[in-house]
Amino acid sequence: MIRNKRPSAIALSLAVALVSLPAAAKDKAKVAFIGPLTGGVAANGIGARNSAELAVKLRNADPKAKYDYELLVLDDECKPNVAVQVATKAGADRSVIAAAAHYCSAAAIAAVETYNRLGLPMVVWGAVLPDITYRAKYPEVHRVNGTMINQNEVAAKLMTGLGFKKWVVIHDTTDYGKGHNEYFSKFVKANGGQILGTFGVTADQQDFTAELTQAKALNPEVIYFGGLTPIGIRVRSQMDKIGLNAVLQGTSGIKSDAYIQALGPLAEGSLSFIEGAPIEKLPGGKFFQEQYDKAGYKEPPEAYGAFAFVAMQLILDTIEQVGPDRKKVTDALGKVANYDSIIGAVTFDDHGQNTVPLISKYVVQDGKWVIWEDSEYASGKRKLNK
Amino acid sequence: MEIALQYLINGLMLGVMYGLVAVGFTLFFGVLDVIKFSHGDVLTVGVFTGFATYLALKAAQVSSPLVQLIVLSIVAMAAMAALGALIARYLVLPLSGAPALNTLLITLMLGTVLREGVRLGFPDGSNPKPFPALLPTTAYTFGHFTLRLDSLMLLAAGLAMIVAVHLLINKTKLGLAIRAVAQDGETARTMGINFTAVVLITFAIGSGVAAFAGVMNGLYYNEINFSMGLLLGVFGFSAAVVGGLGNIYGAILGGFLFAGLQTIGAVALPFASAYKDVFALAVIIAIMAWRPTGLIAEKSSERV
Repeated sequence: MIRNKRPSAIALSLAVALVSLPAAAKDKAKVAFIGPLTGGVAANGIGARNSAELAVKLRNADPKAKYDYELLVLDDECKPNVAVQVATKAGADRSVIAAAAHYCSAAAIAAVETYNRLGLPMVVWGAVLPDITYRAKYPEVHRVNGTMINQNEVAAKLMTGLGFKKWVVIHDTTDYGKGHNEYFSKFVKANGGQILGTFGVTADQQDFTAELTQAKALNPEVIYFGGLTPIGIRVRSQMDKIGLNAVLQGTSGIKSDAYIQALGPLAEGSLSFIEGAPIEKLPGGKFFQEQYDKAGYKEPPEAYGAFAFVAMQLILDTIEQVGPDRKKVTDALGKVANYDSIIGAVTFDDHGQNTVPLISKYVVQDGKWVIWEDSEYASGKRKLNK
Repeated sequence: MEIALQYLINGLMLGVMYGLVAVGFTLFFGVLDVIKFSHGDVLTVGVFTGFATYLALKAAQVSSPLVQLIVLSIVAMAAMAALGALIARYLVLPLSGAPALNTLLITLMLGTVLREGVRLGFPDGSNPKPFPALLPTTAYTFGHFTLRLDSLMLLAAGLAMIVAVHLLINKTKLGLAIRAVAQDGETARTMGINFTAVVLITFAIGSGVAAFAGVMNGLYYNEINFSMGLLLGVFGFSAAVVGGLGNIYGAILGGFLFAGLQTIGAVALPFASAYKDVFALAVIIAIMAWRPTGLIAEKSSERV
């Protein structure tokens, strides 16, 4: 075909290619971000999407980067079936090298097998169900955040340490809620607490007055809620409706601004425990927040933004190191140890789980999630009402 | 004892809401023998219309909760009455010659359109929205029993609405026309009743009542979301069917029955409360097998 072209045309196109060399010289590499961008927990997904996008933008702006990265964003809607669909979509697209994926445990656990089957290396940035990394030994699956095992151990120790003795557990019947129920119950009993009753509820339930009335009769000091923000809001507001005066102790699932916005003053004194630490307390938090603000995102990064940033950065660093090849990236991710990141060192164990989990305790004080240690509840100035 | 009272109030509240939704289903079935499956989603659109009205009022610095409540209820109900009449005029009536299944399908699709419309059209519509508490929240406590003034007012308002619908159907000329059309449309026409007008008004009433139930729901839970009507629609429909489609009292009875079953399912059964809907719907199935036309059957009931 070149034979048919006149020499001048070839020269011209060569010249054009040379002129645009600095931009076009890099090979393209595609990576994916998967998270809940719609639905009740979309705020967390969008904050993380922005953070992952930020990691890609920063890399593309770096003249030393070997590849020009393109980000594919997919919405898992926090639903297991949709998660499998989008994981399949990303996995089947051979140009996608790796993915940073999932906030919802129910979605992540449904999709891990798909990543394994399609050979797509991925790093979980938010979901906390231990089974995601521990149920099987999939070389493709990794996680930068801690698990609900660590979360609930810290939670049980803090609460029993404060003198609380009697709990009623309400959990959604997804893997996320069931896992929280299992681990929290185990740790709270080990620390001398007592579970008076346990209620499983569906994830789209509106009315909790029947469960809460029953819980009220058991006279608990604390309602432990294992589930996500939307029904957390309903449980807390309906507790008030039927006059159930107890502390609401949540999990990482309710640590969102949406919880406080929807509840207003009722949110005061609710507790939450999450893996990681607030951005300003992270080793690289200041850098992250500065860059995030500079990029001009409207939505806050939310609780797991920094983790999504690290997950994506780790993926990009690995591609830089071994090239855009799924197999090589999978192998290299398996060997990650003492990787320096904004959330501190990341070391994966043989299941791809980060072994340096960092748990923070939060309480709502004056309409904000405040780190427990910094709160007036910890200093004794205010008391969680029993 | 106090706990039983608490369950009773909770159950009554649910029963009133299910009953109000069921009334719509039963009215539509009564006049046209059709099942309008978009009913639950009309409720969602209604409550979001109310919420938007509230936001507009707040922006216009109208801060009196009473004014806000009255205006948002009226706007929501009027808008949904209009929407209901439009649906009847352009989707349901043109299909009156076609098999009832077609109406069912077309309204099922319309329901999805409305629901997704709210989700995508309302700003940040995918996330739950905090519905304002516009009623006084004073709480009275008797031992384990807590009664909040707003719950009590909502319950009273809901019951008043049921009585109003009852009076409208049984004591007014319009109600007489509706009943005549429900009994025999052809004969009603020959008697000089404007068939189309009666059908449109009936759909407007049913949809307005749904909007009322939606606003009630929002005020009670202080939280609304785009899919709330879906579940309420299913529950309301079950209530209407078990009570006897086409019969207003059946719908209300069905609503309370369904709410009662859910409460029993959550409270009295030894296994986890997550199964309360399974239990309630299973009992409904059993009742339907026992009395296929519902507890209070319409005299000339046709099954779809």
